[in-house]
Amino acid sequence: MRFFEKVTDFDFLGRRRSALIVSLVLLAISAGSLGIRGLNFGIDFTGGTLVEVSYAEAVDPVKVRSVLAEAGIDSAIVQYFGTSKDILIRLPVVAGQASAERSTAVVQALRGPIGEVLAESPEGGLQQCRSTDGVLVGDCTVQMRRVEFVGPQVGGELTEKGGLAMLYALIGILIYVAIRFEWRFAIGAVVALVHDVLITLGVFSVLALEFSLPVLAAVLAVIGYSLNDTIVVFDRVRDNFRKMRKGSVVAIMNNSVNQTLPRTVLTSVTTLLVVLTLLLAGGEIIKGFASALLVGVIIGTYSSIFVASPAVLMLGISREDMLPVPKEGVEGDPLP
Amino acid sequence: MRNHTPWWKWLIIAVVIVPGAFYALPNLFGDDPGVQLRGARGARLGTAELGQVQKVLESSEVKYKSAVLDERGIRVRFATTDAQLQARDLLELRLASGTTVALTLLPAAPDWLSQVGALPMYLGLDLRGGVHFLLEVDMQSAVRRAEDRYVADLRSTLREAKIRYQKIGRDGSGGITVVLRDPAVLADAVDEIRQTLPGLVIADAKGSADGALRVRLSDNEVEELSQFALEQNITALRNRVDQLGVAEPVIQRQGDRRIVVQLPGVQDTARAKRILGRTATLEMMMVDEEHSLDAALSGKVAPGSKIFRFRDGRPILLKKRVIYSGENIVDAAASIDTQSGGAIVSITLDAIGARINQKITGKNIGKRMAVLYIESKSTIKTDVNGMSVKGADGRTIRVKQRIEEVITAPVIRDQLGKRFQIEGLDSVDEARDLSLMLRAGSLAAPVEIIEERTVGPSLGQANIDQGFQSVIIGFALVLVFMAIYYRVFGLFANVALALNLVMIVAVLSLLQATLTLPGVAGIVLTVGMAVDANVLIFERIREELRNGNTPQASIHTGYERALSTIVDANLTTLIAAIVLFNFGTGPIKGFAVTLSIGILTSMFTAIVLTRALVNFFFGGRRLKDLAI
Repeated sequence: MRFFEKVTDFDFLGRRRSALIVSLVLLAISAGSLGIRGLNFGIDFTGGTLVEVSYAEAVDPVKVRSVLAEAGIDSAIVQYFGTSKDILIRLPVVAGQASAERSTAVVQALRGPIGEVLAESPEGGLQQCRSTDGVLVGDCTVQMRRVEFVGPQVGGELTEKGGLAMLYALIGILIYVAIRFEWRFAIGAVVALVHDVLITLGVFSVLALEFSLPVLAAVLAVIGYSLNDTIVVFDRVRDNFRKMRKGSVVAIMNNSVNQTLPRTVLTSVTTLLVVLTLLLAGGEIIKGFASALLVGVIIGTYSSIFVASPAVLMLGISREDMLPVPKEGVEGDPLP
Repeated sequence: MRNHTPWWKWLIIAVVIVPGAFYALPNLFGDDPGVQLRGARGARLGTAELGQVQKVLESSEVKYKSAVLDERGIRVRFATTDAQLQARDLLELRLASGTTVALTLLPAAPDWLSQVGALPMYLGLDLRGGVHFLLEVDMQSAVRRAEDRYVADLRSTLREAKIRYQKIGRDGSGGITVVLRDPAVLADAVDEIRQTLPGLVIADAKGSADGALRVRLSDNEVEELSQFALEQNITALRNRVDQLGVAEPVIQRQGDRRIVVQLPGVQDTARAKRILGRTATLEMMMVDEEHSLDAALSGKVAPGSKIFRFRDGRPILLKKRVIYSGENIVDAAASIDTQSGGAIVSITLDAIGARINQKITGKNIGKRMAVLYIESKSTIKTDVNGMSVKGADGRTIRVKQRIEEVITAPVIRDQLGKRFQIEGLDSVDEARDLSLMLRAGSLAAPVEIIEERTVGPSLGQANIDQGFQSVIIGFALVLVFMAIYYRVFGLFANVALALNLVMIVAVLSLLQATLTLPGVAGIVLTVGMAVDANVLIFERIREELRNGNTPQASIHTGYERALSTIVDANLTTLIAAIVLFNFGTGPIKGFAVTLSIGILTSMFTAIVLTRALVNFFFGGRRLKDLAI
């Protein structure tokens, strides 16, 4: 099977102005949204408490909220998580409170009215509860599934470390590509990566999706993926500059992008297959991660075709830049 | 001959894949319910204890699958959870107090596998369930305490040097101010302080306008102090975690003021938090030898005395006056007395402790002094419904519970000072325990929980199921797609992909790197991206064929040309993965680890292995065309 019967001859580079406009519009929307709305940071970054509980039967979040309020836990955001039996409770950081205790208080407050108290539970099994008079009743009606508490000091550090990590990744890549190829390629690759990261973040900002630690990991993975794509194209460009003596720079680049097109499309397809699998079968927690990858892989594929090579072209690459440096002192090359 | 794989390449493939499959093997077996036993305070368990465990279980007819002793303790496996719970209760009752008996899940793989180091993957807390705490040590308070000690040291130092001072105290700006009676002896004071207290730095050796000396802890001293506080806290926390009955707790330092505590399988997080946050102290008291213990036990306790109990329950009558407390102990170390050959604990006191010690012991030679371990737990008061009870001011009420245990009560043989030894201990182990208690009974500085991540077992299992499902579905989709798209060559790529999965599992098992949910996502992503190398090669081969080359030549050049592209593309991705690893906290690190391993193993399987397969089926034959 083949997507393309013979080597395609699309004029990708010729459309670089249109591509530039598309990219600039997307970037402007992303930057605008990031500037105005910002990202919907999860508690990994803002600090706060998150408690996921699962009830034996469907439950109304409004009721859960009122139970919490009765126990003196205000300002809780209560919502369904996946199913109508699973409830997610979020609490913001409150100054001057022993925050690590709050998650304990939440679970206790929810179990209190039902009249159950946590008993000793074996590893790997459901939580066992006693009734308040000490009789073992079996599986708790309220199962604590997950607690995440992040102190404000940790959250602040993560934001900084996340930004730095991205910067280091970009610098590392810049250096590697500059050594293996040429500085214009390095800048082209980094431009494409910044483009991908900004637009992926932009999508998260526009749709107000939660930006958590796994999402940050996904964005960094997108850097890896998009770069992979871009390098393959660059590799072919370098190859062709050395091999094809005729043809303009634009033609050579166009040729290279077209020659690698089947591979670009194919790898995107297999990667998207697994990303969609993660999105649909990976569960609630992995959803944000998979969404970021989905957006990133699509944008990354686009950028390796329409952004990276045009950027190198605009930086004024010429055939001479890519030819191996002639050795000094070797005179009288046998010319045909 | 063209496209022939030399024997040594086959050998390399075999050398990689056979052990790979072997080390991935333990993951196919599930878990058995089990019980893990560890000695009190890190003491080793031996064959004697193993025999005891077996005897206890056999005499009560509790059926167990196996009982093994290794450096981590004794592990007993059972067929059912009922047997596990029954055994746990029995062992806790019959074995020496202090032995940690923990419920756990033990890998069900046969023993011969684990004996050669083949273990299943180490699952992170988000997959197996458990608690993760990040604790921050309050270093400022450790420094404040040290300054208090130095204030006392300064007083005694100057007094001994006959330099009269007006006032010595901590000032608000994080230092100590020394005001002398006579500014003329300033230089003497400076010399004296420099000589006897090298941990201090004098800010203005000439003295300030008001004739006061400003002194602060040297950077080196603060550094050492933090180091010490962190280490002591880790030891103290380890002791406390032992009481929780956790099979494989992880307690590690992170950076210069944080401690990670991971408790796999723990369900009762409230109890875990209470025990970790508890504070303990030591107090030294004189043994009341004038009054009879029996009389006191029958109710006639002399005024000023009180009955206390040893760890094993033996009663002892102590005078209530506290001589000095554990805060005055700077260091404690276990060793062997070179003269008598017996086990001893050497203790170093600070200036206050040393002065008191000198005075008291001088008067009480031949009498006994007791070391009392005190722990106060504070718990939230709850009503019958388990709800917290609130006081009139709307705050939750906390109840304090006090635990008091006498650790030791040795006889004073001589007048003691800053350094002294406790002798007459039974064994080196006992000496080590005691020094540990003296050093680590209390936290050197308060800790605060700044991060908690708890995953309940039901979610952990759901995460495993969904993660496993994603790997299988993603894998199947890619397999089908590749087989359709590249036909026979697609099948080669699929064999490589399957072996790549086996290799990732093997490397993860071998390294015992923590597999987290994002780590599983990394494996899924690797499945999608690992075929890229084969796609690059196969597309090159197709190109070569289109250019009119023979099939054999196309295979050869296809592999050759694609190689540098694959290396470049994978190395750059590896850079991103390594950055991710260095940045990473727990779950992110798991992702970076599987991604990196996946990149490396896929390069091997996609390049070396598929080449060997292609050569085996097509090499050296006359081919008209290729099924690609």
